[in-house]
Amino acid sequence: MKRREILDPHGKLLDGQCPTLDIEQTVEALERMLLSKHVDERAFSLQRQGRMGTYSAVRGQEASVIGSCLALDPARDWIVPQYRELPALLRHGVTIEGFLSYWKGNSIAGRIPEGVKVLPPQIGLAAQLPHAVGLAWGLKLQNDPGVVMTFIGDGGSSEGDFHEALNLAGVMKAPVVFVLQNNGWAISTPRSKQTAAESFAARGPGYGVPSILVDGNDLFAVHQAAAEAVDRAQSGGGPTLIETQTYRLGAHNTADDPTKYVDTEEKLTWEELDPIPRVISYLKQQGAITDDAVADIEARNRAEVDRAVEALDEVGPPPAESLFQHVYSQMDPRLCRQRDDILKGADR
Amino acid sequence: MTVMTMIEAIRSTIRQEMLRDDKVMVLGQDVGKLGGVFRATEGLQAEFGEHRIVDMPLAEASIVGSAIGLSLSGMNPIAEIQFLGFTQQAYHQIVPQLARFRYRSQGRYATPVTIRAPFGGGVRAPELHSDAIESQFTNVPGLRVVMPSTPAEAKGLLTTAVRGEDPVLFCEPLKGYRLVKGEVPDDDYAIPFGELRVAREGTDVTLFAWSAAVQLAEKAADRLAEQGVSAQVVDLRTLVPLDVDGIRDAVAGTGRAVVVHEAPLTSGFGAEVVSTIQEEAFFSLEAPVARVAAPDVPYPNIGIEETFLPQVDRVVAAALKAVNTR
Repeated sequence: MKRREILDPHGKLLDGQCPTLDIEQTVEALERMLLSKHVDERAFSLQRQGRMGTYSAVRGQEASVIGSCLALDPARDWIVPQYRELPALLRHGVTIEGFLSYWKGNSIAGRIPEGVKVLPPQIGLAAQLPHAVGLAWGLKLQNDPGVVMTFIGDGGSSEGDFHEALNLAGVMKAPVVFVLQNNGWAISTPRSKQTAAESFAARGPGYGVPSILVDGNDLFAVHQAAAEAVDRAQSGGGPTLIETQTYRLGAHNTADDPTKYVDTEEKLTWEELDPIPRVISYLKQQGAITDDAVADIEARNRAEVDRAVEALDEVGPPPAESLFQHVYSQMDPRLCRQRDDILKGADR
Repeated sequence: MTVMTMIEAIRSTIRQEMLRDDKVMVLGQDVGKLGGVFRATEGLQAEFGEHRIVDMPLAEASIVGSAIGLSLSGMNPIAEIQFLGFTQQAYHQIVPQLARFRYRSQGRYATPVTIRAPFGGGVRAPELHSDAIESQFTNVPGLRVVMPSTPAEAKGLLTTAVRGEDPVLFCEPLKGYRLVKGEVPDDDYAIPFGELRVAREGTDVTLFAWSAAVQLAEKAADRLAEQGVSAQVVDLRTLVPLDVDGIRDAVAGTGRAVVVHEAPLTSGFGAEVVSTIQEEAFFSLEAPVARVAAPDVPYPNIGIEETFLPQVDRVVAAALKAVNTR
């Protein structure tokens, strides 16, 4: 399968290629990419200071996540995430402090706001994919124009749910877009140990699902593929599998130590392919941005993250009472009794 | 009232709910033209179309997983898993996903999926078709575990399951599908969860059971009556939620109890019932509470299943032992 590329690593448009994002949209994408990078840095430091729990950085995959979600209409379409897609969730209406509150340990503060078409983060990898297919199928049954975009990684695609979900999506022609972010790693297990297939995208046709392979560090290539997939879903053409070939430049999460397994040479090669400088370079070539303008964006982002971190610091543990809420639509007498026993104990 | 078999009651209830609410749909293997391997949906695809009675690929995890997504979209799915033993192929979608969606999302989302699955022995089915694995799901907060024993119970409890806002594992007694007949209310009939049913009044000993074991307990009560022992038969109906007050009241009335189930003894739901009796009705007890269950062996091949399954003789013997304890 031929890999789609539009922007070369130096930010130059490849021969005959035309981006699907205009200058204004590209600047918006850059702002979101830089914000994501800044949140990653701050979240890492908050975790190290004991002010937050585990965090999985997006670093290196900004084009893959943002290029994908820019093809969605947040008022119409749904995102069914894994856990490494923060900038896509922010665009859909999740807040930085809301997202980080969940990882800090407070699911009430981390509750997805009403009306925001995002499902909670998924820890049981690939389990979200059949949900995405069912949601998309249900929207179609009810003549709702929404499309569902769901995310999975190279590692998660070895799970049975990945295969069952793709198979079902093909059979039902569900309006769903599977974005498989191949970031090279499943914690410490390299991509080469996940599959003998030449690509992850190659699996789609086996399920009757059209597939696209893209340079995942190329914002324009990712967006073009996602826009095409969303159009196909919207027009009744069913699902698409997109493999974005990218690279996890950071650790798996704050508990991981990649120096034990990542080859330095390989990492350096991928650092050269960093998606963010590529977009900055393109915009400079277009005369659309200057170093000062980038600095302005960074300053605005810093202020935005400062505000979010202040709000996050206000988030304490959830009230003890909440332990018993939302298990069922109504609490049955046995659970009420357990609640009363335990809460009385907590008071003593 | 109309006299129906269990399977007829289930079919008519599904139809009634599909007529009531056009969001109700059925998805499962072979549920369409065939009407399901036990005909629970016979004729329904012709009536409601293939978008509401949906033949699914042979993949239990995607049946349950997509039912979760369908419910999130606003549909009200009834997922049929052909045999309860095959829910193991979907365990990771039922336990950590379906049961927890409301909790994980702090009530932002609900997943009111009803999973129907038949189980139970004595029908000479192949391996993995008969296993009574209900207790694997009663230690799963967020899930309702419902065990109807008669056609009327099936209608009342299935109606509540489909109309409710929580996920339900609805376990149907395979042996009773055509064997057990009974009067079923013609009108709307919903039985609240968490309220046990006294299937037979009695004063000397209480036999606790659910699903097909209720008929077994009733047969044992007949035999005990011949010997002058008055046995009360209690059908728990729903294991989660459990009617703790009802259990206490029953034991307070007789002072003696036997729990009967088809699942193997160790960690079977009988252990929970016995513990509950011990906590709630210890001072009413005149004798140790007995359990009559299958032995701790895998469900065997059909040539020997009658030895595996609890039989009337064992229930009668356990009840007599309890009654004769002074």
